[in-house]
Amino acid sequence: MKTTISSLLLWLGVALLGAAAVGGIALNRGESINALWFVTAALCVYAIAYRFYAAWIAATVLCIDATRATPAERLNNGRDFMPTNRWVVFGHHFAAIAGPGPLIGPTLAAQFGYLPGTLWILIGAVLGGCVQDMVTLFFSTRRDGRSLGQMARDELGNIGGIAALVATFLIMIILIAVLGLVVVNAMKNSPWATSTVAATIPIAMLVGLYMYKLRPGRVLEGSALGVILLLLAVAGGGWIDQQAGLRELFNHPGLPLAFAIIGYGFTAAILPVWLLLAPRDYLSTFMKLGTMILLALAIVWLRPEIRMPALTQFVDGSGPIFGGKLFPFVFITIACGAISGFHSLIASGTTPKLLANERDIPMIGYGGMALESFVAIMAMIAATVLDPGVYFAINSPAGVVGKTAAEAVITISAWGFPVTVEQMNQLAQQMGEATLFARTGGAPSLAVGMASIFGSAFGEHLLALWYHFAIMFEALFILTTLDAGTRVGRFMLQDLLGNIWQPLGRTSWYPSVLFSSAVVVSAWGYFLYIGVIDPNGGVNILWPLFGISNQILAAIALCVATGILVKSGKLKYAWITALPLAWLIIITSTATWQKISSDDPRIGFLAAANSLSDKLAAGALSPDKAAVAPQLIFNQQLDAALALFFAALLWLIVIDMLRVCVRHLRGRAVPPLSEAPHYPTRLEEAWQRD
Amino acid sequence: MAKRLMRWVHTLWRAVRQLSGDDGYERYLAHHAASRPDAPALSRHAWFALRQQQKWSGIKRCC
Repeated sequence: MKTTISSLLLWLGVALLGAAAVGGIALNRGESINALWFVTAALCVYAIAYRFYAAWIAATVLCIDATRATPAERLNNGRDFMPTNRWVVFGHHFAAIAGPGPLIGPTLAAQFGYLPGTLWILIGAVLGGCVQDMVTLFFSTRRDGRSLGQMARDELGNIGGIAALVATFLIMIILIAVLGLVVVNAMKNSPWATSTVAATIPIAMLVGLYMYKLRPGRVLEGSALGVILLLLAVAGGGWIDQQAGLRELFNHPGLPLAFAIIGYGFTAAILPVWLLLAPRDYLSTFMKLGTMILLALAIVWLRPEIRMPALTQFVDGSGPIFGGKLFPFVFITIACGAISGFHSLIASGTTPKLLANERDIPMIGYGGMALESFVAIMAMIAATVLDPGVYFAINSPAGVVGKTAAEAVITISAWGFPVTVEQMNQLAQQMGEATLFARTGGAPSLAVGMASIFGSAFGEHLLALWYHFAIMFEALFILTTLDAGTRVGRFMLQDLLGNIWQPLGRTSWYPSVLFSSAVVVSAWGYFLYIGVIDPNGGVNILWPLFGISNQILAAIALCVATGILVKSGKLKYAWITALPLAWLIIITSTATWQKISSDDPRIGFLAAANSLSDKLAAGALSPDKAAVAPQLIFNQQLDAALALFFAALLWLIVIDMLRVCVRHLRGRAVPPLSEAPHYPTRLEEAWQRD
Repeated sequence: MAKRLMRWVHTLWRAVRQLSGDDGYERYLAHHAASRPDAPALSRHAWFALRQQQKWSGIKRCC
């Protein structure tokens, strides 16, 4: 009784504190607000949601059974299937789901002010993203660790399976292109950033050789060596930047850098994994975890003030970084961190094969996503502690605010976010850069935010080092995602091509490897190229496409989950997945509709294509712009078609799911539940005996 | 006190090794000895090569 009362009081306290923090953030107007309130609000919301909502879903909806043997136990092969300590599984799962997405999305969405993004990150995660990850993990665990595509085919039928596969492939292409663009914008005309990012490649190879040839499997030794070399590379980049001759080797505009990334992506995809991909993944995982912990500590220690207003005038759709109104675009811009369909690919197929007991599902599925959502909150803090004027100067593309620094500061100051050329020059100088204007994409402004937080915590004179450290750290795992994504895209394509001509399906046949890698790289390379030559900054085009495709993948995962819940006779609980699914259908359909039909050339793809062709016909474009205009026009039309295709894919699978549910409720034949039979676990007694 | 500290450090080190996969080969050997004691186990190098290949044949990193 005593413990019940004290726990009741504890949770009441958490609830009150959380409500006060969220209320404080939401209702605060005019006064500056401390970042610590964001951290408090987030932690309380996650704690309450985990303790009550996740526990209720686990016990009442999913009926998690701790006595049931998991696939890891039944199919243990000492490799991919292996019962593993829950904290280790949590670590692996989190490392796999947390990429650059939750850092970039919130930074871009900060153009609406701090409030909309923050609320969506919190609410979207606890009601949507965490639930998606958890139920997908559960259903895959009950189905021998099958992948989302396989589950869609088994539970809904062939249409669902094919839709999941196609969506995964396309989102991968768009994702890689937009991430490539972020890296290019961080590196363009910056010898320091370029040389540091370039140095990560030979460093990763060195670590690969060490782990593979010199001391096989000694992951920690190799990673420690790599981390030291990476830190030296950050400092070394600063030295190169000072050398008149050397710096020109690394001083390039966007386009050559984009081609370098494309060439790199192709090379990385055909090299053996041990040489580049695997070692760099170890390095990026360590860097990521270390930097996140450091950032969290620095925020709590320094308690910086948020400078961005709660809402900006750009909620009306005129935002400089990306066009479009608050609804639906804040929900599209922040996918990772609130709800990310990509996670369902990790939560099915990889993580379930490691689970020792179903009991661990809430912690790993729901808890892992809550932690990623917290990373997104930190990114939001890092973006909003900057002076809004500085934030917009870094993130607004030249095509919107003007080519020269003087033009840009006049435009931005006229919006009510005062900033001066001197201020920007001084900031650039502090960060060791020639200019910070028009570095659209989120990485540089996040790096400036992180550098200023770290700088005030650990010494102002190191600002330039912190800035380039942050750039290096983001580029490191963006390049990892790029390699890994290209490789996965290649496997999918080979799988597909194998149906047409059998030898093309052999993943080890070199001509097929070369051919399919080239196809995948050209696909994302095309979008990257167009993004770089686009005067309005390709982020305006690519990021919404990525958000839409990522959330359509989430909708597919939620369709599969809703279908399974209904088929298992849990219609009255099906809302736990149907509700976020309905929201995703609304926002992705609205966003797609606006991206296709809007008259505003900054929002509508077709409007942009028409406005450009009008200008071209009227001869209103400068010769260099006229030269690329036909390509840009074609690309806008292609993007419109792509958005339409994504939406069609979504509706196809939603209707298919509804068809299966209605048939089931009417007692007609549907694909049977593919749940594996129940075997009692023997792990518990074995562990108790030891 | 010192003993407890040592034990704590030891536990932490074991957790770090397990999380990073540094102890993967030892765990493979243990699993191999338990499940197929008569067949020869892979060498460290062969095991690591196989492990890397398997790990990167699917979706292992996301956005």
